[in-house]
Amino acid sequence: MKDNAAFTSRVLPWLLLLPSFIILLVFIYYPAIQAWVLSLHRSNLFLGTRRFVGFDNFTFMFTGTLSAKYIQVVVQTFAYGALVVGLGLAISVVLATLASQDIRGARIYRLLLIWPFALSPAVAGTIFLFMFNPDIGSVNEVLDALFGIKPRWLDTPYLAFSLVVIASVWKNLGYNIVFYLAALQNVPKELNEAAAIDGAGPIQRFFRITFPMLSPMTFFLLFTNLTFAFFESFGLIDIVTKGGPVGPEPFDAAGLTTTMIYQVTLDGFGGSGNTGIAAALGNIILLFTAIITVLQFRYGSRRVQYGDN
Amino acid sequence: MTHQRRTSWILHAVLIVASLIVAFPILFALLKSTQIRSVVLSPSLIPGPAFLENVRNVFLNANLLIFMRNSFIVAIAVTVGKTLLSLMAGMALVYFRFPFKRFVFGMILLTLMIPVEVLIVPLFDVISLQPPGTWEEWWAWLQRPDRILFQPAEYGFGWANTYFAMIVPFLASATGTFLFRQHFMAIPRSLADASRIDGATPWQFLQRVLIPMSWNTIGALAVIEFVYVWNQYLWPKVIIRREELQVVQVGLNLIIGTGEGVEWGYVMAGAVLSLVPPLIVFMLLQEQFMRGFALSESK
Repeated sequence: MKDNAAFTSRVLPWLLLLPSFIILLVFIYYPAIQAWVLSLHRSNLFLGTRRFVGFDNFTFMFTGTLSAKYIQVVVQTFAYGALVVGLGLAISVVLATLASQDIRGARIYRLLLIWPFALSPAVAGTIFLFMFNPDIGSVNEVLDALFGIKPRWLDTPYLAFSLVVIASVWKNLGYNIVFYLAALQNVPKELNEAAAIDGAGPIQRFFRITFPMLSPMTFFLLFTNLTFAFFESFGLIDIVTKGGPVGPEPFDAAGLTTTMIYQVTLDGFGGSGNTGIAAALGNIILLFTAIITVLQFRYGSRRVQYGDN
Repeated sequence: MTHQRRTSWILHAVLIVASLIVAFPILFALLKSTQIRSVVLSPSLIPGPAFLENVRNVFLNANLLIFMRNSFIVAIAVTVGKTLLSLMAGMALVYFRFPFKRFVFGMILLTLMIPVEVLIVPLFDVISLQPPGTWEEWWAWLQRPDRILFQPAEYGFGWANTYFAMIVPFLASATGTFLFRQHFMAIPRSLADASRIDGATPWQFLQRVLIPMSWNTIGALAVIEFVYVWNQYLWPKVIIRREELQVVQVGLNLIIGTGEGVEWGYVMAGAVLSLVPPLIVFMLLQEQFMRGFALSESK
């Protein structure tokens, strides 16, 4: 490992690392082990009972009477994630590229595009809940006045799913654009100028130069946006749809906007209080997250080097 | 030339529309928070006179002031603690040689793969279960590693409904340690050698050289962490069950409530006000954030 190890001390490095290490050990590693222990037990939060059942919780999820529900939840989490990441990154990279052109007022546009960087999922959800409220929301008031329709945004399955996707994509725009703008500062201007002299049009330059140069950032954002879709979206979904409504066949086994983490909290802290199932589902999410992280580090770091050459 | 002018005109149009779309829901909330009750539920976007009244009501009658105070305490504590702990860990990893260094760094980095959210069920136990009543019990528990590792947790910290529950588990940071490590490795080695030859202790080196050279990284990290903690929803919702200790993100949902007759004017005022602190932090540290991040990306 490359280092600048200029100081020698036997104790000091360990003292410096100790606080971080204790926190990670007690609040990440120990609970991570506990997650596996719990997933092998059948527990009931309210009765306080607990017994060892081996892998029963896992087999129950995917072959038991409720397997349709858990499979649907996994499938729709990935569908939601793919939409949020795909739409979000595509829109953001285009807007960031446009806002980094040399035009009058570019600084102002950049500021106008990134100021909602700090928007939270819960606030985004709260505003959308009000705007799209079927009875009193402004969107329906306008639609009613113009076309005489009042869509039931929150309890029509595909409308509710789309609304959650749109709110999520919108929520992430500021965040994604900030990071793309930061990365665009590192793309050498000469490259684009040289290509322009050689007769490459703006669209060609975007796909041949800008986008490839941004790929390390795209991989980073791919990861953070997936993390959003898997975990942080909870607040938005909890406020807008509460995981509902139940979809049409074949998606009628669970609420159409119930993601895996939403199901974990339903099982772990909801009416059933079945922490064994919740822990098992948590471990499955953990496996998916691990796979995605490894892919990101492998593929992402190779692209970084490619970008540096 | 005309061709160029037309392209730039289209560019302006696209950017203006995009800026409007990005801002619209927030502007909508802001406008709604100024209107009187009877207008709030209409699609009217005309600013009204009731902003201060809505703010006062949501602050005092709907507990927003308490929610915001709690969020401040938690977010500031975590941001400061996390920055400090990552700075220390980054310094240890770059400026010292010690056994198992790769392993230690790997252990820290590995936690990137384990978001706290997946651990809420076990973490809930670790935080909320009561600690052992006596030292003897504690000692007996420590002597049984098999029970610690292979049995569901018997003891915890007894921290349900406390600030500790929202602060302590988040004090260590793989991202922060990684950012500081990258930044320190980019600082020429000769600087550290020179200070050592001048007789500086590691502590003086940290104070006089490292920290003054790290403001961009510190700023970038502070923005990321403050926003992350301020926006947290799931964990406080699960672990905090007393309204007077709740944070603003979950508090907003409490203001909406469940029954009929939601005071949407209050709710929108609350939503807008809750956006202000992270926005200020971001605006203040924007330059450092962009530079700190741009720097770490190019390395």
